[in-house]
Amino acid sequence: MLRSASIALAVAGIVAAFAPAQSHADRMLLNVSYDPTREFYQDYNAVFVKHWKDTTGETVTLRMSHGGSGKQARSVIDGLPADVVTLALAGDVEELAKRDLIKSGWQARLPDNSAPYTSTIVFLVRKGNPKNIKDWPDLVRDGIQVITPNPKTSGGARWNYLAAWGYALKQPGGTPETAKAFVGQIYRHVPVLDAGARAATNTFVQRKIGDVFLSWENEALLAIKELGPGEVDIVIPSVSILAEPSVAVVDANVDRSKTRDLAEAYLKFLYTPESQEIVAKHFFRPRNADILARHRELFPPVALFTIDAVFGGWEKAQDEHFADGGIYDQIYQPGGR
Amino acid sequence: MFARFLPRRAPSVLPGFGPALGFALAYLSIIVLMPLAALVLRPAELGFSGFIAVVTQPRVLAALRLSFGASLIATSVNAVFGLIVAWVLVRYNFPGKRIVDALVDLPFALPTAVAGVALTALYAPNGWIGRILHPLGIEVAFTPIGVVVALVFIGLPFVVRTVQPVLQDLDREVEEAAASLGASRWQTIVRVILPAILPALLTGFALALARGVGEYGSVIFIAGNMPLVSEIAPLLIVIKLEQYDYAGAAAVGVAMLSISFVMLLVLNLLQRWHRGR
Amino acid sequence: MAAETKAPASGPAPASAAAIDEPAWVRRLLIAVGLVFIGLFLVLPLVAVFVEALSNGIGAYLAALRPPDALAAIRLTLLVAAIAVPCNLIFGVVAAWAIAKFEFTGRSLLITFIDLPFSVSPVISGLVYVLLFGAHGWFGPWLVANNVQIIFAVPGIVLATIFVTFPFVARELIPLMQEQGTEEEEAALSLGANGWQTFWRVTLPNIKWGLLYGVLLSNARAMGEFGAVSVVSGHIRGLTNTMPLHVEILYNEYNFVGAFAVASLLALLALVTLVLKSLLEWRFGHELAASRH
Repeated sequence: MLRSASIALAVAGIVAAFAPAQSHADRMLLNVSYDPTREFYQDYNAVFVKHWKDTTGETVTLRMSHGGSGKQARSVIDGLPADVVTLALAGDVEELAKRDLIKSGWQARLPDNSAPYTSTIVFLVRKGNPKNIKDWPDLVRDGIQVITPNPKTSGGARWNYLAAWGYALKQPGGTPETAKAFVGQIYRHVPVLDAGARAATNTFVQRKIGDVFLSWENEALLAIKELGPGEVDIVIPSVSILAEPSVAVVDANVDRSKTRDLAEAYLKFLYTPESQEIVAKHFFRPRNADILARHRELFPPVALFTIDAVFGGWEKAQDEHFADGGIYDQIYQPGGR
Repeated sequence: MFARFLPRRAPSVLPGFGPALGFALAYLSIIVLMPLAALVLRPAELGFSGFIAVVTQPRVLAALRLSFGASLIATSVNAVFGLIVAWVLVRYNFPGKRIVDALVDLPFALPTAVAGVALTALYAPNGWIGRILHPLGIEVAFTPIGVVVALVFIGLPFVVRTVQPVLQDLDREVEEAAASLGASRWQTIVRVILPAILPALLTGFALALARGVGEYGSVIFIAGNMPLVSEIAPLLIVIKLEQYDYAGAAAVGVAMLSISFVMLLVLNLLQRWHRGR
Repeated sequence: MAAETKAPASGPAPASAAAIDEPAWVRRLLIAVGLVFIGLFLVLPLVAVFVEALSNGIGAYLAALRPPDALAAIRLTLLVAAIAVPCNLIFGVVAAWAIAKFEFTGRSLLITFIDLPFSVSPVISGLVYVLLFGAHGWFGPWLVANNVQIIFAVPGIVLATIFVTFPFVARELIPLMQEQGTEEEEAALSLGANGWQTFWRVTLPNIKWGLLYGVLLSNARAMGEFGAVSVVSGHIRGLTNTMPLHVEILYNEYNFVGAFAVASLLALLALVTLVLKSLLEWRFGHELAASRH
């Protein structure tokens, strides 16, 4: 007892010595986001800071934190003082809601399911498409190597998995069994299972491993822009999933740091035409129909299904497919456990 | 608890045992033991059977086997070549020796993630070394061999830097004496020098081994991360964390920790036995 | 008596000692083996880093180090090392004194505990502090109530760094001090020196190179640590990103030149400290050895 008390005292001493000086010149807003939004929010933040200064006269500092979507959600749960989260999946935001950091019903607080921009899953192939990959069934042909990250560690990879599943389910005679068999076949064609989406992009583009890379459309377009247009082509499959990256105000944190007005304005501003243009510039599909139409050649129409329609929402998909012992584990451990 | 640490032999004439040990134990407790206690207690919510169920999953077992096996191979490579490097650096002169000496610490300074990226770039089928090995049918990157290569890189300085100071401190008069008594150079090395540096070598071995088992940053880039084949134990921990399974992650962590702890303890006892002879 | 054996690392082997040297071909073979090994496993990756860093010319290289976020990362990394290394230096010397100069029950156990942070996966070494200081950790509620931020702020990064560099100094000193035994200290004491004098005048000079190695190792590792810091950092740009984390960010932005530029800076920092060490040995090595007569 005495011992633990003295340890606690020592820790308190260390804490006191390290505690950051709490002097606020400007208000600060921390946006905890996932990897592929870096470039987008860099631009958007500059525009928003100016907008906020023009309308209120207040100068604010915007801070960004990027990482894998699940890891970022976990950090917020563990105490990263995020004012807003802009993550890859509703499921990760839902984890925050489950722990009372965000009020339930958050998805209805902003338009379009609180997803101001969307994307979908497309194929990235070598220049000229030498293996002639056109649609999902081509992924499981003999000799085709598929690059996709590990759905256990990468939120984006979960969209890949669900897109393939949804495709198989929508085929004539498609059942959960045929879908499971099809997705299982795809993963048997995967030679490297990277931990994150960007690592997988590098494996495909830099290391030149694999014939086709399952990727978010925005990531595919960015990779082409950043890593050389002469290297890879995009193939749009016949059917894909509507990926809706979710945004939300972290209620518990904004109330403590008195930034609620700022945080709410920050997210609302994402839906303005000005912001939606920035969305399109960074290869996400804008929600605004006019602006989407203006960028049609970048974002050709695809038959998209939603996760709610096919899987009954994120939580259900997560539990059935990606939890320990879920369908993904069964695919990977035939006869295991 | 302190009673266990009382001097065993007749009290030494040197002062400062009590305060030194007290400070060391206090610091150790705050920085290492208390946080680790938090780790060890975390899987308690699973119960003992739950803990066993987690750590005996085929995937967990395969990952543990890979982590420990690859580390053991890499460390054995380092024990041989690290010793040679240390010997060469202390005993011989050659151009660029200082540069080589400085380079040995590189694996510490290079962020492990960068090391992983650099090694992958070298050993991937289109890399500088991979380009030579690939036509021979040898695949390094994205296989368990890649894990070993990364761990050799990570572990080398441990062996060199623990052996080097002892080798430097070695009294050459003893070697001269052995030589003047008619011992051949080989006999001197085996009977005189090797026993003197063996404790340090074992230490370096233990450190490199332990470090290799837990290594994450450099390995995930080069390993391929295929479940049951090239998936290391630390990656499994990350995977469990991504699923908000803190207890499961901590369970794998505790399993790794226990095995490493026993391994280190055995090595330390061996060393002690060696010194006691 | 052992003074003349304390020749600096780079000093030539005594020429008269042919009887205790290996044949020339063995020497050359060993040097060749050592160099090839170093070349294959250390030099090539290093070269790859610099080739990537300089692939767009020196201008692009320097430009990659100038943005405020890069400078903030460099500052933070230096700050963290400046706190973590002295802490572990003091601990290392004290612990080595207790362990190497005295015989006591439980000594092997204690050494094993000191080694433990090495065998803990970096991921876990970050995680343990989250379990302690995270919002749902042991001290979480208290910290939240008092508005103290430990993880996802500098203190957490410092703690994780201390944890991963914990064994370096102690581990470097223990075998060295064991090798040296206690005779010299006992002699000093019997000549009337007190404990502190003995430590400063006898023990410290004896262990100075080992100590230097240990400090350099922990410093390099403190600056380069990735896994553990990544868990407790929160990755807030310009606030809690250290250099290794900044490397990862740049790499993930497909800014390979920038990523490898910052990485090469870390490697350079380490090489500079090592050159400094060599210079010190060369400049003061003999004086230091002589002063002990």
